[in-house]
Amino acid sequence: MADETIGRRTPILERLLSAVAPGLPQLLAGRWGGGLAALSVWVWFLWLVLTRPGRVVAASAGTGEQRIAVATVVAGLVVAWAWSWRDLQARAAGASAGFGGWRATLDSFSRNRSARLGLLVVLLLGLVALVAPLLAPFDPLRPGELLTERMVGPSAVHLMGTDQSARDVLSRLLYGARISLGIGVLAVGIAVTLGTLLGAVAGYVGGWVDVATMRLVDMVIAFPRLVLLITVVALFQSSVVLIVVVLGLTLWPSTARIVRAEVLGVREREFVQAARALGYSRRRIILRHVVPNVLAPVIVAATLGIGDTIVLEAGLSFLGQGIQPPTPSWGTMVADGRNNLLGAWWLSTFPGFAIVITVLSFNLVGDGLRDALDPRHRP
Amino acid sequence: MSRYLARRILGAIPLLLGIATLVFFVLAIAPGDPATYLIQPGMTAEVVARIRSNFGLDQPLLLRYVKWLGAMLTGDFGYSFSFGRPVLDVIRTFLPNTLLLSGCALVLSFVGGVVLGALQAARQYSKTDSVLSVVLLFFYSMPSFWLALMLMLVFSVFARSVWHWPFWLPVSGMTSMDYASLGLGGRILDRAWHLVLPTVSLTLVLTAGIARFMRSSMLEVVRQDYIRTARAKGLPERTVVFKHALRNALIPVITLAGLYIPLLFGGTVFIEYVFSWPGMGKAIVDAIVARDYPLVMATSFLFAAMVVVGNLLADVLYAVVDPRIRHG
Repeated sequence: MADETIGRRTPILERLLSAVAPGLPQLLAGRWGGGLAALSVWVWFLWLVLTRPGRVVAASAGTGEQRIAVATVVAGLVVAWAWSWRDLQARAAGASAGFGGWRATLDSFSRNRSARLGLLVVLLLGLVALVAPLLAPFDPLRPGELLTERMVGPSAVHLMGTDQSARDVLSRLLYGARISLGIGVLAVGIAVTLGTLLGAVAGYVGGWVDVATMRLVDMVIAFPRLVLLITVVALFQSSVVLIVVVLGLTLWPSTARIVRAEVLGVREREFVQAARALGYSRRRIILRHVVPNVLAPVIVAATLGIGDTIVLEAGLSFLGQGIQPPTPSWGTMVADGRNNLLGAWWLSTFPGFAIVITVLSFNLVGDGLRDALDPRHRP
Repeated sequence: MSRYLARRILGAIPLLLGIATLVFFVLAIAPGDPATYLIQPGMTAEVVARIRSNFGLDQPLLLRYVKWLGAMLTGDFGYSFSFGRPVLDVIRTFLPNTLLLSGCALVLSFVGGVVLGALQAARQYSKTDSVLSVVLLFFYSMPSFWLALMLMLVFSVFARSVWHWPFWLPVSGMTSMDYASLGLGGRILDRAWHLVLPTVSLTLVLTAGIARFMRSSMLEVVRQDYIRTARAKGLPERTVVFKHALRNALIPVITLAGLYIPLLFGGTVFIEYVFSWPGMGKAIVDAIVARDYPLVMATSFLFAAMVVVGNLLADVLYAVVDPRIRHG
């Protein structure tokens, strides 16, 4: 019967449905992307609040990260609800969302099933990282009963077992998501900003600026990155900030190369000549006219770069040169299990899976974006 | 051609000098210096000063840089503290092990990657293509150290102690404890047995990237006009794919091969670390942790030099097979 009413598209029923379960009307109408995202966020966060109301109340007056978790939950619920409502209104009015020149790209991307799945997982992981304090069943840092709970296999209480200090692996895994995603996104953000600016200036200005920048790029690319990372981290006091900065400072050259090549193609185009004829400053032309037109390949490289960076950070931590214990990081957790492969296989296995899933999702999104932004790949 | 070659080689020299400079100054501005390795608590200030002057550390930075550069140019890479031997000696010990491991893995993964990528592209959008794409992306997204640990978990630890398989693989090292007492055949078998897991781990990770590259290269070629011509004149699909498409699709793979050349020298830190493989990658990490600066400087420089040489070699080879490059 419900199908029938939806089939007739009674706005009021859809409205009701959207008020109770945002995203469901869109899902039933066959629009998977937005519908699934809104619905899953709604159900998941509602479940979080309803199953542990005490913790949510306590967290809202707790530390900074606990407050961020509560704020995320509230914001997620409001956004899911409001999006579903507004989307229905817009559909009823017959309007389609305007994305200007990005429409074709967006269409192509949303037709790509694996890219959509990747994006969904990336968004979910981001939310997991933010609400980890509410989600984690145990304290990720405080050791449990060493005599009875040390290195216990996966069970109903500890879904992924416990580690050498009797800490819950699942809880540490959830908290570890913030380290991996946070470092990946921030480091790539630094690298992309720096690389885009330097590449654009080199390509646009040309001359000795170009030569000098590109020779620097050649040198930094040739320099063994892992050696540089381990050296810097081993010699200074290791911290999250240091790792982010060093990763960011070693990753920019590849972006700079891409941007420079693109800028060379754009530099003499009519709209840039027009901007020059209007007497705009170089700075304005580069930032307002050149850079926005070369961003497409940068976005692809950045998305794929986040995956690479997460693997690199995990590797650094695996070697004991990255995030220092007891802070939970996936790389460190894999390393912790290395000496207990026989006695506790779950220690290395689950954090590694987390890395693979995360990186895989970023790669799926990156591949999807590349295909979507390259007109030749559009079916 | 020879003019092109000369231009490229001349261009590489300032680059190598730049890299050497970068290596020196990164390590020079880092806190602590080689002398800290030998200085023990309880030494008098006088002894410390003498150790530092023995290393020339009391001299100004620029002078040290010039001296170091001069020594490097004459092939003197200094003395490794942690091994107590000249750096060149240390490299000579570890390099063959790395060459063995990386060499095997590179050959296997290039063969595998090219075959898989070409297969995918020849049957684009087929079930084979999509399944292979997912599997390859899965391995591509995998940290090599974790893959190595998981293979070790299954094929050494559990196979031996839990499931009691008749066949299992060793966890670490290059040889067994009783290696010295084995005959020649036994020794070769023992080495090969130890080589399997590290090689397979490295191969799986590398193959995924190469196959992805090969697939897109092949798809690029298949769109070209000369392929349409070949099909239009009625050549069998097999000839079109293997003779006309595959050969041209292999050209960009040369560039990729150039990028992997440094691997032969530097090894892969993670695989060597996990399997305690006594190669260059492990030596570099150990040297950094032990603050063995001369060894770090020499290996970093050589590694970077291999990157430059690899790129150079790839460009030159590219020019050899593609006349458009050298005349363009």
